[in-house]
Order: sequence, then structure tokens, then C-alpha cells
Amino acid sequence: MFAKVFATIAVVITGSLLLYGITDFPAFGDPDSPANAGVEGGAPSAPLYYINESYNDTKVPNLVTSVLADYRSYDTMFETVVIFAAGMAIFAILGAVGTDKDARPVHPQMNTSVNGDHSRIIVGTTVRIVVPVVQLFALYVVAHGHHSPGGGFQGGVILGSSFILIALAGNLSTALERFSERSYMLLASIGILIYGGFGVLCMALDRNFLDYGVLQKVFLTDGPEMARSHAMLGVEVGVACTVTAIMFAIYANLASRGTLKDGL
Amino acid sequence: MDFIRETIQPHFNFWIYVILMMIGLWAVIAKNNLIKKLIGLSIFQTAIILLYVSLGVKDGATIPILDHHAEEVEMAEHAEEAEHGVELVPGHEIGPANGGRHALADTIANPLPHVLMLTAIVVGVATLGVALSISQMVFKEFGTLEENEILEQLKAGNTDD
Amino acid sequence: MIEQLPAILVLTPVFGAMLVGLFGTKDPRACFPIVIVTLTLTLITAFLSAHQVFTNGTIDYFMGGWEEPLGIGIHLRIDGINALVLCAIAVVVWLVTFFSVRRFGAEDTEKTPQFYILYQLLCVGLFGITIAGDTFNLFVLVEISSLTSYGLIAMGSSRRGTFAAFNYVLMGTVGASFYLLGVGYLFLKTGSLNMQDIHTILATNSAVAESKAVTIAFLFILVGIWIKMAFFPLYGWLPNAYSYCPSTTACTLAPLMTKVSVYVMIRVMLGVFGYEWVFQHEGWSDLVVWLAVIAILSGSVLALAQREIKRMLCYLIVAEVGYMVGGAWIADPDHWGFTGAIYHILADAMMTLCLFLAAGIFAKRLGAVQISDLEGLFKKMPLTSIGFVVGALAMIGVPPTCGFFSKFYLIRGGIEGGHWEYVIALLISSLVNAVLFFRIFEIAYFGNKPAEGHDHGHHEETEQGGAQQGSVSGQNPLGTGLLSREAPATALFPLLAAAAIILLLGIFNGPIVALIRGALEGLPAL
Repeated sequence: MFAKVFATIAVVITGSLLLYGITDFPAFGDPDSPANAGVEGGAPSAPLYYINESYNDTKVPNLVTSVLADYRSYDTMFETVVIFAAGMAIFAILGAVGTDKDARPVHPQMNTSVNGDHSRIIVGTTVRIVVPVVQLFALYVVAHGHHSPGGGFQGGVILGSSFILIALAGNLSTALERFSERSYMLLASIGILIYGGFGVLCMALDRNFLDYGVLQKVFLTDGPEMARSHAMLGVEVGVACTVTAIMFAIYANLASRGTLKDGL
Repeated sequence: MDFIRETIQPHFNFWIYVILMMIGLWAVIAKNNLIKKLIGLSIFQTAIILLYVSLGVKDGATIPILDHHAEEVEMAEHAEEAEHGVELVPGHEIGPANGGRHALADTIANPLPHVLMLTAIVVGVATLGVALSISQMVFKEFGTLEENEILEQLKAGNTDD
Repeated sequence: MIEQLPAILVLTPVFGAMLVGLFGTKDPRACFPIVIVTLTLTLITAFLSAHQVFTNGTIDYFMGGWEEPLGIGIHLRIDGINALVLCAIAVVVWLVTFFSVRRFGAEDTEKTPQFYILYQLLCVGLFGITIAGDTFNLFVLVEISSLTSYGLIAMGSSRRGTFAAFNYVLMGTVGASFYLLGVGYLFLKTGSLNMQDIHTILATNSAVAESKAVTIAFLFILVGIWIKMAFFPLYGWLPNAYSYCPSTTACTLAPLMTKVSVYVMIRVMLGVFGYEWVFQHEGWSDLVVWLAVIAILSGSVLALAQREIKRMLCYLIVAEVGYMVGGAWIADPDHWGFTGAIYHILADAMMTLCLFLAAGIFAKRLGAVQISDLEGLFKKMPLTSIGFVVGALAMIGVPPTCGFFSKFYLIRGGIEGGHWEYVIALLISSLVNAVLFFRIFEIAYFGNKPAEGHDHGHHEETEQGGAQQGSVSGQNPLGTGLLSREAPATALFPLLAAAAIILLLGIFNGPIVALIRGALEGLPAL
């Protein structure tokens, strides 16, 4: 009871403060708001720069990808590190030491998750047909991030979810046979090493971290713009690797309470 | 009625985000079940994401992806026109046929909030994952996910913990 | 090479973490060498950066090479203030690495790689927070350090520790979200995410500077940071989270997390909003200083009431945070308040490290969790006791430890700013600390009973925590009189090093304070 009263008071106070701050906000959809067009006294607006110049700098039509993977790629690298850290934290928290006496016994057959044999045929067959298509789509999303909505995170999540689908339809062990713990730890680390590797390569060529333009010597392109475009793709691949691995790792650890013996 | 039209309508997206956020915050503080608290946390974070994304909206603007094909078609058209002696519009870039920098910016939504919120969503998911694993551990230790029962167990177990 | 220092500083632990992920999972014994090498490199880099800053001025680094116009790329900045904080962080994490080796003696080695990965990612987060020059980048790095700290605290926690970890997750996420909200309001009003740019806008564009949205933005950013640093009244999560987690984790988190949050507050106040803007209303300064006073007093008094060592130290942290926040908000004309607060960040990091290391050694070696378990300590473990005594004296504020000088500067700031309540609170707190620690010294020095075979089953702290509740037959396998010799070298070295640094910081406070004041002068509009 006390918690509800306290919560209501806290919420009313916070809400009114927030609403008070809203009163001098620009209207919804205003193209001249400071966020969209900059304000007097400051540097030229970054979003306007992105809209107008980023195609000339990077030859990538998807503005969100170009900002994400080039201008603010430092943030994206740390976003990937966040996902990796979450996966590690979940494994560290839940990872069973020795045997977990609460674990359910492992069933040798692949039908612990669905009642009876009959529905397994439908689900199993559907999944067998659908998963390759899903994975292909995931790879398409990663590769096509430059031209349409997509990119490393989105593609990585879809790819990870294909393995989760296998685990849901069959047994966690089935999925783990295909994507073992050792593999996904390795894949996750490799993803970030790819990302960091690109950046360090730029530093080795005597420019700032993640300054892709200098990679034109390595990729042998005509100018820095295409080098940036290629490096962005490489970096997105790294992100997709880590996200795939960790998405599946989170599911596997949470569903089996860390034991990786039996899932849902 | 005037109040609604003048105060709320131009800022209705911000009102919505405040209400959502307060619902989430109330759930985090007031709810007894740990999972419901996490759901409240999730709503709370989503409301902030809503705020940022609605910042970048411009009236009549489309997604922040430049239309590659339109540019090629126009370049081809302009090349033809140039052959026929028509002047090229100076300073033309890809985008709508009107050309000009300001017009381009008006038709494309602000990409920066989208980028920021991609990061925020990922961070939110990661936090939720870690919080869920901790609640699994709590369940293993206490056998319950209700906060009042956990606190009772902690008080009772004070002497022998 | 020199220009790349900021990037090297943040990247080295990332690569270290990945290397541990690749090689450490195969062979846990490879973890420690990788970590030590990585953190030694960061230590060297941190000191090199500090040297560079104090000889050549601020280092500005733009990720991806996107310098112009300001704000399209991400800006990293090392100036006089954060150079010192960087060194402090680097030293603390380096020392705690040695302490962490004992964790994995014969126990669970399965989670060693995960621990070191999370540990190094925590370092990445802390370094990144300190050198960030972009508000959103700061949020991402705060989340990295928070996530890794959630993992570290929940990992191997005792029964109570799991629930404490859950509450910590909730509070921490709400705090970070408030910060993000404030950044959103600021972005909406100024159109920029770059700290330097926002500062210029707020200084020149009065329409923006006086708008309500910016005020609310400041309020929410501040509240978010206060949750993270456990400032009164939002400190409920800290004692539970830090006292029930494993020792090594406590030794890392307690000295660093709250202090880095204090640094973030100072950076936001001076580097984003600017001194003029923050102190435009005297009422705010008074209100915050009163809150700080309550924090100091409540922290000290609650510490006095504790029976467990680590819990007592946690409440002392709450009081120390009160010192720093009060010092930053005093607004005295000669800026001794800020000087004191920044110097206290360094001092308090070392003091807290020293005390938590000692507490960790007591818990591990003696099974001593309650203060009453420390009987006859000085005879049994003389070297550890020296370390503990130095830390305690620094907390009380005895010269020549750094604790005395930081209190001195803070009191000076308080007097010059006219905040007598703050001065009195500081003095009372020193007195309470003295009572606290001399009570411990009395038990430790004059207690006669050696520690063999305590017949009241006290809680035996193991690094795993978990199901072992209390010692079964009163026999503490580690803490019998025979085995209670001195702590191992890997634990003693960081403790004595921390004690030595406390003394050095105190003796050399003159040059350090001169550096800090030089840096403060260099900030615009101060």
C-alpha cells in the first residue's frame, strides 16, 4: 500500500516537471526546430550536414547507416560491446558450476517441448523449410543495409532468431549441436575484433581510429568515399556476427537457467 | 477546448511520451512482482525512445534514405536535355526534382535520432536480458518472485544468514 | 602515436577482453597474464596522457577524423581535470587485478574468463566516461560500465546479494534513463550533442539558455547522475549491493563507480551548462548544499550503527559522496569548493580502495565480517593492519594523509562561500569517523581472544557465496589461529601500494592542487 502511495506521488511530481518542460518545445513535425535545423550560436546543424553531405562523403544512400557506421561508428562499436557484455554477464550470472540439481532430466528424443508426436511433424517440417529462408533473408538484410533499412544489428537479430526457432521447435540440444557454446563465444569475440580491427587498421595507417577514408590504399578504390562504403560493410558484418552469437547465447542461457542441458 | 487545441495538439507526441513514461515508472515502484517491475522498466525506456524518434519528424518528410534511382533517372534526363541545349540546374543533387539544399532537407526526416535510438534500443534489450537472468537467480534462491515475500524471507533469515 | 593516446586508452581493454574471450575460455590460467599486460599498458597510457595534457594543453580527438563542423563526429577530450581522474582509475584497476588472483585459488575456475572479460569491459566503460566529449556517447559508456557492474555484482553473490543486485539493476537503469531524457531535452532545444557546442550555445543564445526545457534537462540529468552516485536520498541501493557482493567486485566498484559519477556531474556542470548558468539562482546552490549536509550526516551516523565492516564502509561512501557534491555546489568565489571536490575524487578513490582491500583480506583470511570478529587483529596481521590504519586515518582526516588535505580545501571553500552548515557537517563527520575507527582499533589492538574456533557460527564469506550459510561447526577453516598469518603477497601488495599512494597524495598535495586549479582556470567562463 505504501509503495503505491509513494509511487503515485513520485509519478505525479516527475510527470508535472516533465510537462512543465514541454511548454516551450517546438511543435511536432516542425522542420525548423533546433534538432532538425540547428540553432543560432552553435555549430552548423549536424543532421543537416548528414542529409546534404553524407552521400558525397560515403556514397551510401541510407543516411541512418552512414551516420551509424561512419560518423558515429564509435558509438556503434560500444553498442556492440554492450551486447557482448550482456551475453557475458548472463553467462557469468547463470552459468552452472557443476550440476544444477534443479535441472530437468535430458530427454534423448527431440519432443520434450511439444505434446505428443503428431504436432512435431508439422512444426518440425515447417521449421526445416523456413529456417534457411530466414537465414538468407538475414544475410540480405546485413548486406543491403546501405541501400534499404537494415544493417548489422537487424540482420544479426534475424540470424540469431533462426537458431532460436530451431531450439523452440525441437530441443535446445538440437540447436546447440548446430551452434555450440564454444562456437558462439568465438563468434562473438571475432565480431568485435573485426570491428576494432578495421579501426586499428586506420590507426596503423596513421589516421584517427575508424577514419575509414585512409583505407583506400588497402581496398584500392578510386577515392576515400568508396573505401568508406566498403569499410562500413565490413564493420556491419562484424556487428552481425556478435549480435547473432549473443542473441542465441542469451536465449540458451535464460531458457535452460544456465545449464544448457534442457530448454523450454 | 482551446486548451486542447493550443497546448496539447502541437505537442501531442510529447504528452503521450510523458504519460507512457509515468505508467512505466509507476509500475517499477509500485508493483510487487519482479517481472512486472521489469515490464514497467521496459515501458519507461520505450517512452524515451518514442520521445527521441518523434523529435526528428518533419511534416511531409519521408524516411532518411536517399533515392538512388531517382538520381540516375534525372541525370539521364538532364544529360539528354543538355544535349538539346537546355541549361542544367546548378547545384543539383539527388532527391526531388526541385533541387536546392533546403528543399532536400525538408523532405527527409532527421536521421540522427534514429541512429541514437538504435543504440538505446540495443542497450535496453541488453539490460533486460541481464535483469531477467538476475530474477532467475532470485527465484532459485527464494522460490518466489513477489517482493513482499522476498523481504519477509530476508527479515526472517536475518539471524542465520 | 601521441595523438592517438585517447583511442589507445579506451581500446586496449576492449582488445584485452576479446583476447580473454578467445584464449581464456580454453585455458583459464591465460587470463591473468593477458589482463595484467593490458592494464599495465593502460596505466602507462593514462600517465602519458596526463603528462601530455599538463605540458601541452588539452587533447582533442575526433573519432573517424570528422572534425568540422563540430558535432558530426564524436569528440573525445582530455583536459586537466579528467587527466588526473584517468590516472586514478588506471591505478585502482591495476592494483585490484593483483588482488583478484586469490579469487581463483582452488575454487571455481569455470567463470574466471567471464569475470576478467567483464572486469576489462568495466575499465573500458570507466575510461570512456572520463574522456567523453559527447553527451550521447557518455550515455552509451555509462551503460557499458553499468551492465558490467550488474554482472560483476550478481555473479557469485550470496543469497541476499541476488535481490540487492536486482534492485541495483532497477535503480541504475532508471538513473541512466533519466540522464538520457535530459540529453534528449537538451538536443531538442540546442540541436547538438557535442558538449563544447552546447556550452557555446547556452553561453551566447539567451533564448535557449532561459528556456524551461533546458532547466528541466539539467534537473533530470542531475537526478540521473545522483542516482548513479548514491547521493541522498537516492542511495538505498548502495549498501546492499556493495556489501553482499564478492570482495574483488566491491574493491573495484566502490572506489570507482561513484567517483566517476561525481566527475560526470562536475563535467556536466562546468563543461556543458557552464558555471554562470548553473549558479544563476542562488537557491539551487543552497538547496543542494543542504542535501549534501544531510547526506554527510546520515551517512556518518548510519555507519556508526553498523556491525558489519563492509556495510559500514558503504555508508561511509555515502558520506564521502556528500562531501564531493557539497564541495562542487558551494559556489565560493575562489573555487576552492571545486578544487576540493576534484582532489577528493582522487583521494577518496584511494582511501576507499585501501579500506575495501583490507576488508576483503579480513573476510577471506579471518572469515571476519563483523567488526567484533577483528579481535587481536594487529598481532596476527601486522602488515594488513598498517594498510588498514592508513586508510582509516585518511578517512578521519589526519595529516599527512590526503584525507586531511581534501577536507582542508573543502572547509576553506565552505567558509569562503558562506556555507557554514557544510563546514560544521564536515567537522562532525570527521569526529564520527574518528569514533568509528578508534572503536575498531580498540577491538583490533586490545582484543585478547585469538581467532581459533569461534563457537558462534559466523558467516563465512566465500567468493562463491551461494548456499554455504554460516560455518557449520564453528570451525572456520581459514581463520583458525594457526592459519591466520599474514595475507598473501598478491593481496598485500595492492593494499600497501594504496596506503603509500594515500600518503604520497597527501604529501604532494601542493603540486596536484596547483594542477587542478590551473585546469579549472582553463575552463571557459569560470
